[in-house]
Amino acid sequence: MHADAVVIGAGIHGCSAALHLGRAGISSIVLEQAYPGRHASGVNAGGVRRLGRHPAEIPLSVAAMGFWLNMEDFLGQDCGFRRTGQVKVAEDESEMERLRQRVAQLRSLGFTHEEIIDQDELKHLVPAVSGHCVGAIVCRDDGYALPFQTVTAFRKGAEAAGAQFKAGCRVDKLVRRGSIWQVQTSRLMIEAPILVNCSGAWAGGIAEQLDEPVPVSVEAPMLMISERVAPFCNPVVGATGRPLSFKQFENGTVLIGGGHRGQADPARQETQLDMGGLAFSARTAQEIFPCMRNVRVLRCWAGIEAVMPDGIPVIGPSAKFPDTFHAFGFSAHGFQLGPITGQIIAHLAVQSETSLPIEAFSIGRFLE
Amino acid sequence: MFRRIPRRDDEESRSLVTIFIEGKPIQVPTGEMVAAAVLASGLGWVRSTPVSGAPRMPYCLMGVCFECLMEIDGVPNSQACMTRVREGMRVERQAGVRPLSEV
Amino acid sequence: MEDKRYDLAIIGAGPAGMAAASSAAGFGLRCLVIDEQPRPGGQIYRDTGHSPLANPDLLGPDYREGEVLAAEFGKAQMEYLSGAAVWHVDADGVVGLSREGRAWSVAARYILVATGAMERPCPIPGWTLPGVMTAGAGQILLKTSAMIPDGPIVLAGSGPLLFLVAWQYLNAGAEIVGFVETTSRANYLSALPFLPKALGAAEYLFKGLGYMKALRKARVPVFKGVADLRVEGDSKLEAISFSVGGKNKRIGCDTLLLHQGVVPNVQITRALGCEHIWDIRQVCWRPRLDDWGRTDSEKIYVAGDGGGIGGAAVAQIQGRLATLEIARHLNIIETAERDRLAAPHRVAMARHLRIRPFLDLLYRPTEVMRCPSDETIVCRCEEVTAGDIRSMVRMGCLGPNQTKSFGRPGMGPCQGRLCGLTVSEVIAAERGLPTAEVGYYRIRPPIKPITLGELAAFDAPEGKQK
Repeated sequence: MHADAVVIGAGIHGCSAALHLGRAGISSIVLEQAYPGRHASGVNAGGVRRLGRHPAEIPLSVAAMGFWLNMEDFLGQDCGFRRTGQVKVAEDESEMERLRQRVAQLRSLGFTHEEIIDQDELKHLVPAVSGHCVGAIVCRDDGYALPFQTVTAFRKGAEAAGAQFKAGCRVDKLVRRGSIWQVQTSRLMIEAPILVNCSGAWAGGIAEQLDEPVPVSVEAPMLMISERVAPFCNPVVGATGRPLSFKQFENGTVLIGGGHRGQADPARQETQLDMGGLAFSARTAQEIFPCMRNVRVLRCWAGIEAVMPDGIPVIGPSAKFPDTFHAFGFSAHGFQLGPITGQIIAHLAVQSETSLPIEAFSIGRFLE
Repeated sequence: MFRRIPRRDDEESRSLVTIFIEGKPIQVPTGEMVAAAVLASGLGWVRSTPVSGAPRMPYCLMGVCFECLMEIDGVPNSQACMTRVREGMRVERQAGVRPLSEV
Repeated sequence: MEDKRYDLAIIGAGPAGMAAASSAAGFGLRCLVIDEQPRPGGQIYRDTGHSPLANPDLLGPDYREGEVLAAEFGKAQMEYLSGAAVWHVDADGVVGLSREGRAWSVAARYILVATGAMERPCPIPGWTLPGVMTAGAGQILLKTSAMIPDGPIVLAGSGPLLFLVAWQYLNAGAEIVGFVETTSRANYLSALPFLPKALGAAEYLFKGLGYMKALRKARVPVFKGVADLRVEGDSKLEAISFSVGGKNKRIGCDTLLLHQGVVPNVQITRALGCEHIWDIRQVCWRPRLDDWGRTDSEKIYVAGDGGGIGGAAVAQIQGRLATLEIARHLNIIETAERDRLAAPHRVAMARHLRIRPFLDLLYRPTEVMRCPSDETIVCRCEEVTAGDIRSMVRMGCLGPNQTKSFGRPGMGPCQGRLCGLTVSEVIAAERGLPTAEVGYYRIRPPIKPITLGELAAFDAPEGKQK
C-alpha cells in the first residue's frame, strides 16, 4: 500500500497529524497495533489545561487552546470539551507564595492566562474545597474533554480528510529505500515518503530503528473513578505541593488522578496497579475534598505513557532522515497539545517550518 | 410486597429491633437483611435511577446487582441486601443521583 | 524473618470454601476464610442451620445437607472473617478487604477463589421494573427471612433452580399463578443423547421429576416452550406476556421471578488477569484451570461454580482437591499421598458430573435471552439497551471495553456483573464473530466498590514478603 505519509500510532497525536496532513493535501495511512485511542490517549484524565505548563510548552498549549475553544467548528464533532476552568490550590502560605512567583514569571514572559485568586474566590469557584486551602491559580478557559470521544472525533476528521486507519497492525521493521520508507507490519507492507512517529509508549523502539535512540521511559499513570454524585464541583482541581487531578463530569462521576504510577508492561500492552499509590491519591483527594469520604470508587486503571527525562516531549524533524518526524514523550500531559501537534507536523511536512517555537522539543537534545 | 410465614419459636428467631423506613418505625427480626425488611414493609421502590429516574427494587439479594442502593444511617448508595438491621437504623429511599454527605 | 502470611486464604464460605477450609485445617494449614455474609453457607446453603423458618424441611433435604458441612466447618481450626468484602486480590497473594467501613489487607501464600456462581442475567423488556426479581432472590428471602411474595406470583425462564423454587414456594403456601418455561423444544433433542450418561446420577433427575409432579398436583398453569417474554407495567410489574404455540398470553401478577441458570462469578479471576475460556456448552466464561483448580497464576486456585458450573456436591470435592494440591506445594504431603487421597474424590466427582451435559444442553438459554431485542435494557445501572450496543458496533466499536467509552455500559455500581455476558454476546452476534474472540470487559480493582475514605486509609499489606 502506498500513501504520501505513514503515521505510526493512532492516539491523539497520530490522529491529529493525519487530520492536518490530510487537510494539507497529504494522504496518510495510520498504523495502530491495537485500536485508535486504546492506550494513553483514550484512557487519560482528559485535562485540557494550559495551567502549570513548562514554559517551553506554553506557546504550543496556548495555540492548542484556540482549537479546543472552537472544536465544533474545526472538527464538526463534539469532543466533550467543557470550559470549566482549571484551578490549582495552595494548601498553605508557602505554596501560595510559589504560585504567586509562578504567575509573576509568566507575566514577565508575556502570558496572562494564569491568574491568582484568594481564598474567598477559591471558595466561590470550588465551594467543596477544604477550608485549609488558602488560594489558588485559575485558568478560566481551561477545562476537560472526553479522551476516547476526542480521539474518535480526530480519527473521523482524519478519515474525512482522506486518511486510512489500519488497526491491529504492529510495526515490525522500517526500511529506507531511496527516498521512500518501507514499513513492514504484522499484516501489511506500507510505502510512503513521509514517516511520522506518534507511537507513545512504543515510540522509543521506533526512534531506535531510526538510529535515534532516546532515553524514553514507560510509565503507567493511575486513575480512579467514582459512582455518580450530585454535582458539587465544576472546575478541574489540582494541588501545588502534591500530585492531584480531580474533576467531576456532568454525569456526576468523579475522576481522581494524581501522578502515582502503576507498572507498565508495554510488550503485553498491560498495566498493573499499585494499590498503595492509589491509596495515596485517595488521601490527597479526601484531604482537599473532605466531602468525598464516603463516595465509592468503582474502578481504577492505568494508561501506558512515554515519559522523557526532562518532562517535555519530542516534537519535530528527525535528526537523521529527511521527511521523518517525531511527536512523542508527552510525559503524561500531552492530551491538550494534540490539536496543535498535528498542525506542527503538517506544517513541517509541507513547508519545512512552523511558526511555533519547537527548538526545546528537538530530538537532538538527547543525541550526541 | 412480601409476607412473613411462620418462624421458629425460639429466642434467636423471636428477637426484634425497631428500624425506621422512610421515617416510619417498623419492628423486624434482629439480624435481618435491610432489603428483606424493606420488602416486607411494602415500600414500592427503593431508589430511582440517576439516569432516567426509573424506580427500582432489590433484584438479586446476593450483592451483585446493586439495585437495592439506599441511604442507610445517612450513607447513600448502601447495599440494602448486604446490610443487617440494627436497633434505631434509619433507612431512606434514594431519588436519582446520590447526594454528597458529611457522615 | 518469620513468614506472617497465611498458608491459604479462601474467598467464599459456600460449599467449596467450607470444604476446603475443613480439609486445610486437617492438614494444619494456617488458613483464613473470608466471606461477605454473616454466616457460612454461600448462596445455596445460605443461613444453613439458622433459617428462621418454623419448618425448614419445606426447603427440601438438599438445603439441610449444608448443616453437615457447616458443622464440620465450625469445628475446623482456622480464622473466619464474615461480613467482609474482597475488593482487591493480586497474584502475589495479597487480598484487600473491607468490613464495616475499614479497608486493610492480608497476605497468603496461596489463594483459593471460591466465589461460586451468580444467576445468568435475564434481559427481557421490562425486567428492571419493581416486582421483578431473580428466582434466587425469591429463594434467599424464603431461606433467610421466612418470607414469600404476597399475591400472585409467576416464575419464568429455565433451569433446575426455577423448579426447585416453585416447589419450595408451593410448600410455603405461595400463590403461583403461572410457571412459564422458555426452554426451547429443540433443547430436548440436543440433550437426549446425554440422558443415558445422566442416569449415572439419577438422583438429580428424580428430584426434577418430583418438582414437576408437585406443580401439576397443585394445578399450577404450566407453559412450555414460550417465546417473546416481556414484563408489562408502567412504574411496576403488572403482568407478564409471552407467546406460546402461536398464541399470545398474558398473566397478571404482583411478583415475577426470573431465572436462566447460573454462571461462574469470574470477577476476581478476571481482575487478576487469569486466562478465561468461553465455555460453549455452558454458554459462559470460566477461568482456565488444571486438574487441581490452579489458574494460570501460580498461587491462585479456584474451586466450585466459579470455575465452571458443577453444583454444590462437585464444589465441595473441588475445594478438597485444591487443598490437597496446595498441601503438596507446602510440602505437607507427597505427590503419592495427594493422589491417593484424591482418588475417591475424583470418582465421586465424575459421578456427579454425569448429569451436567444433559442439564447444560436441556437448559441452554435461548438465543433471544442471550441477545435480546433492541428495546431491552442490557446494562441496568446505566440503562443501556441492546439496540444501543448494536449501534455502537455500527459506529466501529470492536469489543466490550470500547462500549464503555461509547456509552457507559458496565461503568455503573455493579461493575459490569449484570451486563458483561450480554454485551459480549450481542457484539459477537452483531460482528459475526465467536464470543471468545470478542472477549470480555477488563475488570479492574476495586472488585467491589469501596469508599474513598476506606481506600485513603488503606495501608501497606500486613506481613507481605518483599
